[in-house]
Order: sequence, then C-alpha cells, then structure tokens
Amino acid sequence: MADNLPNTPMLDELEKGKWPSFVKEIKMAAKHGPMAADLLGQLEQSYNEKIGHWKHGGIVGVMGYGGGVIGRYSDLPQKFPNISHFHTMRINQPAGWFYTTKALRSICDIWEKRGSGLTNMHGSTGDIILLGTTTDQLEPTFTDLQGIDFDIGGSGSDLRTPSCCCGMARCEWACYDTMALTYDLTMHYQDELHRPAFPYKFKFKMSGCPNDCVASIARADMSIIGTWRDEIQVDQDAVREYADRGLDIQSDVISNCPSKCMEWDGKELHIDNSFCVRCMHCINVMPKALRPGKDRGATILIGSKAPIIEGAFLSSVLFPFIKIEPPYDMIKDTVDKMWDVWCEEGKNRERIGEFIQRVGLGNFLDAIEIDPVPEMVAHPRENPYVFYEEYYEED
Amino acid sequence: MAKTVEEIADAMFNMVKDAQGQKKLKPMDLTKAMVSIFGDEVDKKTCKLAIKQLIDSGKCVYTYFGGSYIELPHREGAAND
Ligand code: HEM
Ligand code: HEM
Ligand code: SF4
Ligand code: SF4
Repeated sequence: MADNLPNTPMLDELEKGKWPSFVKEIKMAAKHGPMAADLLGQLEQSYNEKIGHWKHGGIVGVMGYGGGVIGRYSDLPQKFPNISHFHTMRINQPAGWFYTTKALRSICDIWEKRGSGLTNMHGSTGDIILLGTTTDQLEPTFTDLQGIDFDIGGSGSDLRTPSCCCGMARCEWACYDTMALTYDLTMHYQDELHRPAFPYKFKFKMSGCPNDCVASIARADMSIIGTWRDEIQVDQDAVREYADRGLDIQSDVISNCPSKCMEWDGKELHIDNSFCVRCMHCINVMPKALRPGKDRGATILIGSKAPIIEGAFLSSVLFPFIKIEPPYDMIKDTVDKMWDVWCEEGKNRERIGEFIQRVGLGNFLDAIEIDPVPEMVAHPRENPYVFYEEYYEED
Repeated sequence: MAKTVEEIADAMFNMVKDAQGQKKLKPMDLTKAMVSIFGDEVDKKTCKLAIKQLIDSGKCVYTYFGGSYIELPHREGAAND
C-alpha cells in the first residue's frame, strides 16, 4: 500500500470479508494520484460524523453540452485540497457494453492522467462513470475521449444515454436487435441527449426478451421489451429428455406458469398460447426444449421511474406488439409526439409517467393520436360510474 | 414576417439577462415566451436553433439545479478555488 494513505479505521472494516471492496480499490488508485487518498480521508470523516461533505455544483460542463458532467465540490477544501473539485463525468457506453481491451485501457489511461483514476463500470444509467476531476480538466478529458471515439452521456433534464441488454450478440432469446436500436436512437437523438430541453429526464431501455435483463420495466420512461406473438417453439423430444433426467416438469414448470396455460401428461407438453403472457418462465427452465416463437418484435411500455417526487411506477403498455425494424419510424414518430405534449404541458421535474397520471391516459393517448386497446388497462376500474358519449347533450 | 434565429436568440438572451439571479429559466420557458411575444412569427424549431446558438457561442450556459436551466455564465456559489 502507498504510505501517503490517511488513517482510516472505519473504512478498513470494509476491506474485511471475501467480497470486493471499494476501499481496497480506492487505496489502489491512491498509488496513481493524490485525489484518492484525500477521498479516503474525507469519507472516513463522514463515517465518523455521519455527515456528507459533498456540495453539488450546478454549472460545470463542457462547451455546448448541457449534460454528462455532474458537479461536486468538497465542503472541506482546506483539509482535503486534492478533492476540492471532484466532478463526475458520464461517458456514453457502447451498446451492450462491449469493449476491446484496448478501448478500456485507453479510457483508464485518460482518466489516470485527467482525473482520480476511479471509475464505476457501469452506473445505473448504463454509462461509464468517471469519478472525480477538476473543472479545468473537463475540456481536456472530453477532447482526449473524442480522440478515442467516446462521447459524453446524458444528465439533467435531457434524454439519458440509451442502454440495452447484450441481445443478439450473445443471447439466443433476443426477439429483436437491442444493440442496433440503441445505437440508432442514440445517434438520432443527439440533440436531445446533449441539450436538455425536457421538463425532466427521459430514459429508453431496450431488453431483448421479457427476462428484461436491463430492468427496463422499472427504470425507463420508455421500456422496449422483446416478445413474440405466435406460439412458443416446443421440441417434445427435448421435453421428455428433461423429464428423463429428473426435472419435475409438473411442479417446476407447469405449476409455476402464471397463466396456468400448460399441461403435461408425462409424454407431451401442451401450451394454450392464447393465454400465455410471455413471462419466459417455462423457457428459462427448459431452454433446450422451448424457445420464443418465430414472429418476434417488442412490447413498448411507458412511464416507469424510481420514487423521487411521486412514488415508484412500473411502465405500462403502450403498444402490445410491434415489429422492431430499421429505420424504426413508428417508434420515433410516437416518441416525437410524446415529447411534444410532455414538453408543452409537463410541469418542471415531472416525469412522463407522472404527467400521464395527472392528465389521464385517455387524454394522453388522444394527444399522441393512439387508439386505446385493452392491453393498456393496468387493473380493472374502481369507479363504477360509466358515461357513454352518446348520452351527453349539447346545451 | 418570420423572425430569424438571430432575432430570437437576441430576445432570449435579454430574457435570460433580465432574469439572472432572480429566476432560473428552462429552455421551454424561453420558447413559450417567444411564442407568446411573436405569435406566428416564430416556431419551436427556430427557438431550438436560437438556444443552440446561445449555448454554442458561449453567451449562455446550461446549469443544473434539480433540473436543467439556461443562465449567463457566472461563478457559482458552491465552487471552490
Ligand atoms: C461510500 C462511497 C459511495 C457509495 C457507497 C456510493 C453509492 C452509490 C450508489 C449506490 C449509486 C447508485 C448506483 C449507480 O448509479 O451505479 C451511486 C451513484 C453515484 N455516485 Fe456514489 N457512492 C459513493 C461515493 C461517491 C462519491 C465519492 C461520489 C463523488 C463525489 C459519488 C458520486 C456518484 C454519482 C455522480 C452517481 C451517479 C452515477 C450514475 O450516473 O449512475 N459517489 N453511488
Ligand atoms: C473449470 C473451468 C471453468 C468453470 C468451472 C467455469 C464456470 C463458469 C460459470 C459457472 C460461468 C457462469 C455461467 C452463467 O452465466 O451462469 C462461466 C461463465 C463464463 N466463462 Fe467459464 N468456467 C471455466 C473455464 C472457463 C474458461 C477456460 C474460459 C475462457 C477461456 C471461460 C469463459 C467464460 C465466459 C466468457 C463466461 C461468461 C461470462 C459472462 O457472463 O459474461 N470459462 N464460467
Ligand atoms: S433480456 Fe432476454 S434477450 Fe436480453 S440478455 Fe436478457 S435474456 Fe437475453
Ligand atoms: S411463457 Fe410463462 S405464461 Fe407462457 S406458457 Fe411459459 S410459463 Fe406460461
């Protein structure tokens, strides 16, 4: 260990145990520069006092961009001068998080030169997170990153860096090319990504199938989740092989089907696909025997968010099934209309899900010119009064 | 007569200047103000280009305080030397 390290008995506790430790990592980074040592010192003090010592900066950034840099200052700059500025940069990750080792080394080299050397691969937004640099290093870091074809990601009231599961690159269940769509939307909406103009943040997350590995249903204002509309492909021989090898198909597959639409007579597996809700459970248990159907596309849902102003929302259905094919005009047209109404009518810091809840789904659908369908109903109505339009009289 | 990007950018700049230190304006506040002042002589696209020009010329900067705003460049209260 470097001998410039402060005395940190509280933090040292977090190095114990078999799991990875961020304290260990920060101590390693301290060998490359002075920021990490001061970071440990300030954090130890925070742990002792149970008080955070960071101030938010609201103005730092790079020329022309309104997002991607999150300003942080220490409120103990005399005691910890090396982290007096400790700004975070979000860097747009490649779709599916695929890198060459050369790209990773280049990013690390730039960050050891320009910042603390500490990274978070990856933040919950999906971005590469570079933790800790000074205001005067922001532009040079940006220039260096552009030199290796990386760009800054989103933050603030803008389109956040779109992110996706590795989809067709590695996963047999991908029902559409998540990486292609992510790349396309990222390039198409560069202005929205770098120039915040929304009432609040907006996130796209693409998952290739209902397993939803990027948790888009809970974390994206627009969740694009792969699915199929024909029948689950079944290889009956492979089903029997699972049974022969000891899988209890009745209790592990049939009984766990949420729509109770499967039957197993010991020889054949029957699925009533008209009741299947595409939950993936049976396919996950018997991947050699079952696979998604052949007519594949995605369900598009809107409105999920973590609790900040209102409570947490899950996304709800907008399009039960659409084909996902370039140039993705259907998605883009809908997105443009949604953004128009939300920008025009949305309140400051109101996510689109909260906006829809406030104005009512019916009015929102009217504004974006989409007809309601039964799949949009999240739960049965609680209000027993029904007014049919033909009963209204003009006064 | 349709307003040019420059004219809109100037009008927006004056709004931001007058509001500085008193009220933080969002891009949509500027756009809505332009529409209410100039009516049919502006559209949202021109407003978007005007904002782009204000930012790219360095006359205004984006700031973040819970949400994103447009302000004159200045030294912020939280900044350390
Ligand atoms: C004990 C040390 C820390 C812990 C346990 C911690 C924990 C977390 C967690 C759980 C998240 C959300 C998950 C994520 O986005 O990946 C997060 C995000 C973040 N943290 Fe920390 N953090 C620590 C120190 C710091 C420090 C020292 C800074 C900068 C001064 C910082 C800046 C941020 C930022 C900017 C984000 C948002 C990153 C993103 O874009 O996703 N954190 N942190
Ligand atoms: C006795 C030797 C090995 C064992 C027991 C082993 C075991 C595993 C296990 C349990 C996983 C996780 C599978 C999952 O995702 O559920 C895994 C993933 C993986 N293994 Fe191995 N492995 C071995 C050798 C190797 C070797 C020699 C290589 C490459 C040269 C390799 C490359 C990988 C890769 C690329 C993954 C996927 C990582 C990812 O999910 O991104 N493994 N291995
Ligand atoms: S979401 Fe589905 S397609 Fe994407 S990686 Fe996960 S299992 Fe595979
Ligand atoms: S995908 Fe889910 S709902 Fe459909 S048959 Fe399999 S377990 Fe049942």
